[in-house]
Amino acid sequence: MDAAFQDALKQAATINVPTAHPRLPGPFGAEPIIRTRSLGKSYPKGPAVFAGVHLDIRADQRVALIGSNGAGKSTLLKCLIGLLPSSEGEIMTLGESFHAAPTAAQLQRLRRQIGFVFQNHGLVSRQSVLTNVIQGKLGLPGSWRAWHQSLADQAWREEAMQVLAEVRLADKARARADELSGGQAQRVAIARALIRKPRLLIADEPAASLDPAVGRDIMQIFSDLAREHGITLVYTTHDMQHALDYSDRIIALKAGKVFFDAPTGDVSLRDMDGVFHA
Amino acid sequence: MVSSMHSPSLPARLPSISPISFTLLVVVAAAFLASIGQVAPSPERLAAGAPRMAELVGRMMPPNTDPAFMQRMFWRIVETFQIALVGTVFGVIISLPTAWFAARGISPLGPFRHLVKAIISLFRTVPDLVWALLFVSTLGLGAVAGTMTIVVDTIGFCGRFFAESMEEADKKPQEALQAIGANRVAVLCGAILPDVMPSLINSSLFALEKAVRASVVLGLVGAGGIGQELKVAFDLFQYRNASAIILAIFAIVLVMEFFTDRLRAKFQ
Ligand SMILES: Nc1ncnc2c1ncn2[C@@H]1O[C@H](COP(=O)(O)OP(=O)(O)OP(=O)(O)O)[C@@H](O)[C@H]1O
Ligand SMILES: [Mg+2]
Repeated sequence: MDAAFQDALKQAATINVPTAHPRLPGPFGAEPIIRTRSLGKSYPKGPAVFAGVHLDIRADQRVALIGSNGAGKSTLLKCLIGLLPSSEGEIMTLGESFHAAPTAAQLQRLRRQIGFVFQNHGLVSRQSVLTNVIQGKLGLPGSWRAWHQSLADQAWREEAMQVLAEVRLADKARARADELSGGQAQRVAIARALIRKPRLLIADEPAASLDPAVGRDIMQIFSDLAREHGITLVYTTHDMQHALDYSDRIIALKAGKVFFDAPTGDVSLRDMDGVFHA
Repeated sequence: MVSSMHSPSLPARLPSISPISFTLLVVVAAAFLASIGQVAPSPERLAAGAPRMAELVGRMMPPNTDPAFMQRMFWRIVETFQIALVGTVFGVIISLPTAWFAARGISPLGPFRHLVKAIISLFRTVPDLVWALLFVSTLGLGAVAGTMTIVVDTIGFCGRFFAESMEEADKKPQEALQAIGANRVAVLCGAILPDVMPSLINSSLFALEKAVRASVVLGLVGAGGIGQELKVAFDLFQYRNASAIILAIFAIVLVMEFFTDRLRAKFQ
């Protein structure tokens, strides 16, 4: 209770930094790391998933994206980082501006600065934890050997041990990924994202299918790492407490629109209820 | 209370048969009866053949154990295993990229993967003795033709099963690696192959088993191995040699199945 209250105070302090004046240089640079204008997306032969989405996400923010099943959270995340082509509007992410889809060169530059964590982690189950973490380097320059720890650069192997230590799993480096518990596996997935030294960390329901204690633990790790390393964190969640406790800002999607987009301290549980009910 | 309209009717004891199935059944039965007279042995023929069979078995006994012959046979058995082993290993190595090119959703070739699939099917559906005849007439008599036959055979077998396991590999890690920009080779080596390794090993062991059985008979058409010795024995009416060779083949297949079963259990 006390901790949650202090957290809330801290967040209140953060949101008083001039968010409303993007031109003013803030402590982390006030230029948005993600900006969209009139962003819309529909799948081929489908109705619009969302339309007219304007977002400005600053580098020092941890953003929670909420909305009911099928509201378009995963779709929006993928559009923002160029993994899915959008249908209309403009996107600027990490300095790369594009309509619809980024060019191949832009996509490559984007990927090099982004880490991903998905629900159900997507680890290679029959490989060691160490190999899985080093595979996070794939797609970076000089990474063609990074598909197995035995072939990787010594420096990268050591880096992998460091990030494993950050998620408190250094002692599991030799274990096979399918021997881990759900929470441990998700921590490996976080390490795999961290080893890219990303500026932006995208996490789609990182705590889904974890028990409440482990889920909070995972969110705490995300939150701490994002602050320590100055990484922008954008995550989706169906747990409203996770949205409130580990973000600086909450964006809610409903019926294809941004329902609200506000500093976390200004969002009440009643506001959030409105996201899920007519 | 319960109206008869809504009460579910009792299912019939036998499933009803459609007119098409019934016609098909009649056609197959007719074909079977008509064929019996032409290809199945008549009782008289069987009766006449039985004493000759007994006589042949009698002439086969006892199997030849002459040291010089045993030694020649030993080296032929070694050659048989060599053909099977070398052929299977090369076949498996070639099957890996071939299966990758053929696998749906994974192949780097796009629609051209169907071409690769067709080649694998061709390799598999043409019987091994036909391949052996082809290689004997192009590469000459001997073990090299046998090895080539096993290579082609193995690609036909492993190419198909490797491709199927690759298609069924867990998609999540593949997507996770693709999302960060890993290239196709890295996704193959880093995510797909580790995931399907047990099934690859399993298929390869079956391929080895198949190869030993195949290489035993390849000699009949002159492609090396113990089969060649068997053909010579029958051609020269050396039935005691033939029986020794047949026993040796039996032993070879048993021993090999014992070891491949052990290996399979180990890699499960
Ligand atoms: N590949 C696809 N092709 C066609 N339609 C899709 C595809 N992926 C998602 N959709 C549709 O787009 C809409 C948004 O889906 P999305 O997965 O983005 O929702 P979400 O908010 O992430 O939901 P959840 O909370 O269940 O993860 C849904 O109506 C879904 O049916
Ligand atoms: Mg989703």
